[in-house]
Amino acid sequence: MKKLLQVQEALTGGHRLCAGCSESIIAKQVVMASPRPVVAILATSCLEVATTIYPYTAWMIPLLHVAFENVDAVASGVEAAYLALKKQSTLPHNEDLEILALGGDGGTYDIGLQSLSGALERKARIRRICFCNEGYMNTGIQRSSATPFGAHTTTTPRGNASFGKIEWRKDLTGIVAAHHIPYIGQAAPVTLKPHDLRIKAAKGFEADGPAFLNVLAPCSRGWGFEPKDTIAIANLAVETCYWPLFEIVEGKWNLTYEPKIKKPIRDWLAAQKRFEHLLTDEPLIEYIQKRIDEEWEALLKKCDRK
Amino acid sequence: MRKVIAATGNQAIAIALRQIEPDVMCAYPITPSTQIMETYAQYIADGIVKTELRLVESEHSAMSACIGASAAGARVVTASSSQGIALMHEILYIASGLRLPIVMAVANRALSAPINIHGDHSDTMGSRDAGWIQLYAKNAQEAYDTIIQAIRIAEGARLPVMVCFDGFTISHSVQRIEILEDAEVKDFIGVYKPEHSLLDIKRSKTFGTFALPNFYAEIKYQQRDAMRKALYIIKDIDTEFLNRFGTSYGLFETYMLEDAEIATVVIGSTAGTLKYATDEMRKEGIRAGMLRIRAFRPFPAKDITDTLKHLKAIMVLDRTDSPGTDGPLYQDICSALIDMPIHPSISNFMYGLGGRELALEKAKRIYRDLADATRKGIKVEHGYDVRTEGVGR
Repeated sequence: MKKLLQVQEALTGGHRLCAGCSESIIAKQVVMASPRPVVAILATSCLEVATTIYPYTAWMIPLLHVAFENVDAVASGVEAAYLALKKQSTLPHNEDLEILALGGDGGTYDIGLQSLSGALERKARIRRICFCNEGYMNTGIQRSSATPFGAHTTTTPRGNASFGKIEWRKDLTGIVAAHHIPYIGQAAPVTLKPHDLRIKAAKGFEADGPAFLNVLAPCSRGWGFEPKDTIAIANLAVETCYWPLFEIVEGKWNLTYEPKIKKPIRDWLAAQKRFEHLLTDEPLIEYIQKRIDEEWEALLKKCDRK
Repeated sequence: MRKVIAATGNQAIAIALRQIEPDVMCAYPITPSTQIMETYAQYIADGIVKTELRLVESEHSAMSACIGASAAGARVVTASSSQGIALMHEILYIASGLRLPIVMAVANRALSAPINIHGDHSDTMGSRDAGWIQLYAKNAQEAYDTIIQAIRIAEGARLPVMVCFDGFTISHSVQRIEILEDAEVKDFIGVYKPEHSLLDIKRSKTFGTFALPNFYAEIKYQQRDAMRKALYIIKDIDTEFLNRFGTSYGLFETYMLEDAEIATVVIGSTAGTLKYATDEMRKEGIRAGMLRIRAFRPFPAKDITDTLKHLKAIMVLDRTDSPGTDGPLYQDICSALIDMPIHPSISNFMYGLGGRELALEKAKRIYRDLADATRKGIKVEHGYDVRTEGVGR
């Protein structure tokens, strides 16, 4: 308990994120896991506009926001400055720091993908968190390449001729894995394995090179669930194997949680309004279940569980 | 002590950057500025400089990384041209909005389409409202001296600075350049002590906040005010440079203007041709002169008005088009002179697009047309250095 009181707190109360938003929970947990002071760089996102309304800021650690699609480039510039000043012993304080870059799925899967790939290839020693809320929630719930198949968004609306988004989500964690960086984790703010996110963040902070965490960030407004159910929804994502918890340490895949009983994908779909139009369409649900099963089997193989 | 060498504009810039030895350089290659980063990468490979070089994956990321490094308290430089400047356009506004003293060398080049690698001013003129100080050099010597001055100007004004010079004409031509000693440059630029640093964990701050209508205009107004004050900073640094090294450039350069009746106004290397043409005109008894803009942003409107007000006719040469209206330099010159009760007749000539040279004969023709029109009491029509025959429609 005493130790917990000494850890860094990223955000103060009174920020303007929606009730039930998971992003503040994730940001706080991640920063708490750092053994060193954290300097954060934030892409334009829900988290950014809701926490930095001038002349106020909810951030209790240094924060830089530049734009939507470049958080990794900005972070690698911060890292370059950090190394340059450290070399010359001209840092404001003679202390090792951690450089943390944060972005939503828009700023990571889509518009920010080039900048992310560039920074990972250059092996910048940055820690990168993707808040994957599966859509452009900041601009009002539009589809992104992380939006799941069949989901209703304002740009993939359900209608007489539409069942929502027709494309399967992009496998960003797999794309990041292809960069062969020291640490990659897929996580979620879950109670079924409460320390999983924090432990992965802590491992990321020790990586000798870039570390990447793709964190499922349930969004009450965008997904259509009660604000009180944020964590329950995250649990469900893991229990249905929709969002498995795993890590890739120096290229070695490792499952960090295996549900004892794999819940049917229908449970996941039925818990959110964005999928409610699918519930009467049995063939579509079967198709989704099949693909989720295939992805899960493939993951088990990579993790040497089969 | 100046030492004479032969170098291209890009090499001269690279030498200046080596002497400056910034903490961080983030860059992406693009013709015709590539040589700057190539040369600098060699300095690093040879262990001559300690700069952290970040070879990023685009110009957008180059400027983004520069912002990160500058916000973190480092002295930061980059170089680019053309499409690169266009690609980083969004981020240029953020560099100035965050008041970061980033210095960028720009070898000016035309913008696509059609794709063209040669010199004109379309790239930096497209970002003239981005809140960057823009200084344009007439040759490699001035580019070298200006990039050294720019470090002090940027840090003094807390604004980013572009040092612009014509692609190929300056960037790739070998010229006679007098370089300073390394120690002289280091002493002149001094040590950078940022007022705010992202890495100051004991005084944690939020950089790049979200400002609503209740504050946005005030923050932009501060930038405007900083740009106005930058005029004095540019002058002061230039004076200090003169006192130390015997060279001065001012906000603009004048040639034979005192007793002139007609004049051209220009930016960049074409000033050389126009000076020569001025001399030729004088031999013919035409009282010609020339003004070359060095500081385009901030625009020294008042000083320019005082310098040009006695003229009868002016031809403003723009090396970029602004389709649907007149050239940007023309508009600024008109705006500067409009308050005079009687002002010179002002015309606009678009020249040099995509690297087309302004030949001496054309330059002389501009002066002759101005002289003829003045004699007849009429205004010279706007011109455009273009062929209309034999071009597909």
